[in-house]
Amino acid sequence: MSDRIMGFVGLILSGLYIWAALLIPESFMADMIGPATFPIIIAIAMGLAAIVMIVRPDMAPQWPGVSRLVDIGAALLVMVLYASLLPELGFIIATALASAYLTWRLGTAPLMSVLTGICTALGIYAVFHLALGLSLATGPFGF
Amino acid sequence: MMDTTLLLIDGFATALTLQNLLLALLGAFLGTLIGALPGLGPSNGVAILIPISFSLGLAAIPSLILLTSVYYGAMYGGRISSILLNIPGDEPAMMTCLDGYPMTRAGRAGEALALSGLASFVGSFFATCGLVILAPQLVGIALLFGPAEYFVLYTMAFATLGGISAGNQAKSVFAACIGLGLAMVGIDTQTGVERFTFGEVHLFDGIDFLIAIVGLFALSEVFHFIEHHGTPGQVGAGGVKVGRLVPDLATVRRCVPTLGRSTAIGFLAGVLPGAGASLGSFLAYSVEKKLVDPQGRTFGKGDPRGVVAPEAGNNAAAGGALVPMLSLGVPGSGTTAVLLAVLLSLNITPGPMLFAKNPDIVWGLVAALFIANFMLLALNIPMVGMFTRLLMIPTRILMPVVAMIAFVGIYSITNSTYDMLMMVAFGALGWVLRKLSVPLVPVILGILLGNQMEVNLRRALTISDGDWSVLVGSPLAIVLWVIALAGFLAPLLLGAMVRRRMNGMSAGASDAD
Repeated sequence: MSDRIMGFVGLILSGLYIWAALLIPESFMADMIGPATFPIIIAIAMGLAAIVMIVRPDMAPQWPGVSRLVDIGAALLVMVLYASLLPELGFIIATALASAYLTWRLGTAPLMSVLTGICTALGIYAVFHLALGLSLATGPFGF
Repeated sequence: MMDTTLLLIDGFATALTLQNLLLALLGAFLGTLIGALPGLGPSNGVAILIPISFSLGLAAIPSLILLTSVYYGAMYGGRISSILLNIPGDEPAMMTCLDGYPMTRAGRAGEALALSGLASFVGSFFATCGLVILAPQLVGIALLFGPAEYFVLYTMAFATLGGISAGNQAKSVFAACIGLGLAMVGIDTQTGVERFTFGEVHLFDGIDFLIAIVGLFALSEVFHFIEHHGTPGQVGAGGVKVGRLVPDLATVRRCVPTLGRSTAIGFLAGVLPGAGASLGSFLAYSVEKKLVDPQGRTFGKGDPRGVVAPEAGNNAAAGGALVPMLSLGVPGSGTTAVLLAVLLSLNITPGPMLFAKNPDIVWGLVAALFIANFMLLALNIPMVGMFTRLLMIPTRILMPVVAMIAFVGIYSITNSTYDMLMMVAFGALGWVLRKLSVPLVPVILGILLGNQMEVNLRRALTISDGDWSVLVGSPLAIVLWVIALAGFLAPLLLGAMVRRRMNGMSAGASDAD
């Protein structure tokens, strides 16, 4: 079933891709086959592969239960928040929060998680910023 | 031959500076660490380090040295968790579990680690020698390549990528199309029109392949761990007794013929398109089993030769895979695809012209491989005890660190929230695709090669004035099409059988426990 769903998603994607390829404006510098031909070939190949997946699906994988899915979704959300808030909060605070959350969800005790998060943030800051000189996000306090 | 020697000496001259040696040491150390930790392998290890070495502002040769040391180190390190914990770090290390873990249970872990370290060294050393001899020969063919042949060559790279043991070929095609489709995003270099950008300024330059690689390989691993954490089967290395590290001379002597045969088999498997490191270690192991233990008395029960064979085979295959990658520009496996990404991120396009235009890079890289190899041997035999202790770092602490380093890498090259969000999206996509057993390597390869592939197709058709038959217009192109077709169809016909035998062997080993 999972393969069939993916196949249908693939078919829709391939259709959308062809539609978007046809929208590519003409250019005065057009070459022999133009900018749309190769994308359309790709989309056709993708559509064919999708049809094969619908007709001959593999055995469905074992999807995680609801609570694990929520966990994965929450981790995804935390990463999105991390990426968006990094410039606001600065590297150390944002990283400490995000890695404390992740290590907690992977099974560390709450207090240890906070500690691990802070150590992770300080460790990466020391190695990558102080020692290697990479530019990390600077927040309101300069770190 | 003389020329090659001179060029190689030049390569060593550029590579052997204090800074480079330190980088090689650092890379070898990090690589072994990455390979040894369960769940991290050569592909994702190198992937998270590319952006870092990029933003360190290292020149081409030093970055190459650092990253190839990491790559070779991860190949070495993969065996540690196979032998001690029965958890292969990546697919090629699977065969090492068969005899390595039984040796650990018999209290001979130290011997198994030392022997496999030696086997890895011999395998990659001779494979690098083979690369030195073979790769320049392939460059002669380079002159035969026009745009049409290049296009067919890339098509062949995709068709043969999965190798003979590939699963569902429709899924490989699907994956390749996702990658190629993503590569088309951005301003078309030939006409200057926008494609698939939907007016989004961030997409005008296209999707940076580093973002895709780090997301697909490294972040998806984090999601994978969140899904599986707490499930049984994760044992610590705490209780493992390593035992003495030096195998006795008789054992080593018994392993020498095995070493020779497995290195040769592995190298050949690596050079041929579509075989790759997993097949190299599998072939080396099964040939050795047939030859020295046809009744199945000792293999699978802790025979040192059963550790030596797959390790030599797997490392020789990794070296052999560099021959088509460097001389033709087509990687044959996931790890070589990541190495291709390394080269592209340094603005080096591998392929027939690389040997002619940038011999310093090629031979510097070869010298780097040799240096990394010696560094690893020196590092691995005495320090294996330390790496064993590092295996005790729990994944629940390690995985968040990996995730954060992935963010640091991407942030340091782009300084952009948008790109980090895109990386997260790739991470989620990678998790879903892995769940549905869609291979990730064709996606990466599509993003890496997509533009080259299109440029060559359009150039070929412009030259031929729109006549598509140019794609089968030369004997070379026809030969490449035949290889592509054979490589694509072979798994459909033979794949089920090969996979059954590979699985049969690992299942047999766990029964023996």
